[in-house]
Amino acid sequence: MAPDLPLLTTDQMACFVARGFLALEAVVPPEVNEQAMEELPGLFRGWLHEFGALNAGQVADDDGAPLPRSGTPLGDAYDPTSAFGRLVRVPAVAGAIASLVGGAPVVDHHFVHLKGAGDLTAQGLHADAIIDEGTAFDIQLFWFPHEVGPGAGGTRYVPGSHLRRVNTDDVSRYQHLAGDEHVVCPAGTVMIFHHGLWHAGAPNRSDTLRVMGKLRLNPSEPQVRLWDTSDLEARNRADDHMFARFEPGTVAALLRRSERWYEPSVHRLETVQRAKLWRHLTGDVGFDVDWYLTRTERRLALAPSDT
Amino acid sequence: MATRQQVLFLWLAGPALDAAVLGWAFHDGSAGAGPQVDGDPPYATGVAALVDGWRLFQVSPLVPPTPGHERETSFLKHEFVFERLVEVPGA
Repeated sequence: MAPDLPLLTTDQMACFVARGFLALEAVVPPEVNEQAMEELPGLFRGWLHEFGALNAGQVADDDGAPLPRSGTPLGDAYDPTSAFGRLVRVPAVAGAIASLVGGAPVVDHHFVHLKGAGDLTAQGLHADAIIDEGTAFDIQLFWFPHEVGPGAGGTRYVPGSHLRRVNTDDVSRYQHLAGDEHVVCPAGTVMIFHHGLWHAGAPNRSDTLRVMGKLRLNPSEPQVRLWDTSDLEARNRADDHMFARFEPGTVAALLRRSERWYEPSVHRLETVQRAKLWRHLTGDVGFDVDWYLTRTERRLALAPSDT
Repeated sequence: MATRQQVLFLWLAGPALDAAVLGWAFHDGSAGAGPQVDGDPPYATGVAALVDGWRLFQVSPLVPPTPGHERETSFLKHEFVFERLVEVPGA
């Protein structure tokens, strides 16, 4: 990892844990976006070509744009002069990647999503890819190389859905959820999603093609204190409790945030899930929000036969 | 005239029908020929849908948590399904 990368802040990391995404607005330079507008549709057609050949029992011709094999180190996966190769070297993007999945992630896959002008189909809400177990997580970069206006096919997503255990499109029944969002952004915006965040392709009511490049990355090291933690210790109190003493500047204050679509009772369980993820990210096994974990852990220690 | 079913899913903030609507979905057996729903959400509570003539026909049961997974979150818990029958032109 380059030593001067702009790493994420504690605020940004806590927001990612609470809501499941980060928005890096207009961070990709125009010339890289322009290259993407030329290359990405071709990458999609290349995938279609290979997929079609596979289904026909054939080997695809070399189209000059090979897909990286899953597990390839990110630094080796793309020609540095290619669109994806330049994207992951943009300092703001590289710093966010390093903060979330470390300095040596591997490529899971990429995919180019095209939404034609006037295509009014709405994809069902889903999470990628199945029910991924465990606390460690992948990230998915959603790169919008051109401006996306309201109703112009920006991806629908549901803040705070990333820690719910659901399988793929089993959530497609939810046509409307309070507080769900559609990406509306300037050119060169990169949305970074936790792999579990619910999302869907949205209708494109504009008269232009919407292009989006998606890249999934797996960590290859423990995701512990990889961001700029210079302000962490003072804010990482385990005893911040909304019915006792609480302070606005703590990590707990960020992790306590609710979403409009949450049932109030489930919000408390979401807070517990976030606290567990924060323990993983900080290596601080005593961290807590609103004392939910601590009180039960202390009781269990007094009656270990209950476990 | 023919009769067709319209179905409205409401996900509420709690298990009581007068709880606030958090999410909704509409499926139209009249293919647009019958009355539509307005607003996002179309009703503030489940009771408000009843007042407007929708008939409740399914409520999600209250299921005890699975041992060992009590604190996990998943689907929205409080799903209420309504129907109304509408007349449309045709056989």
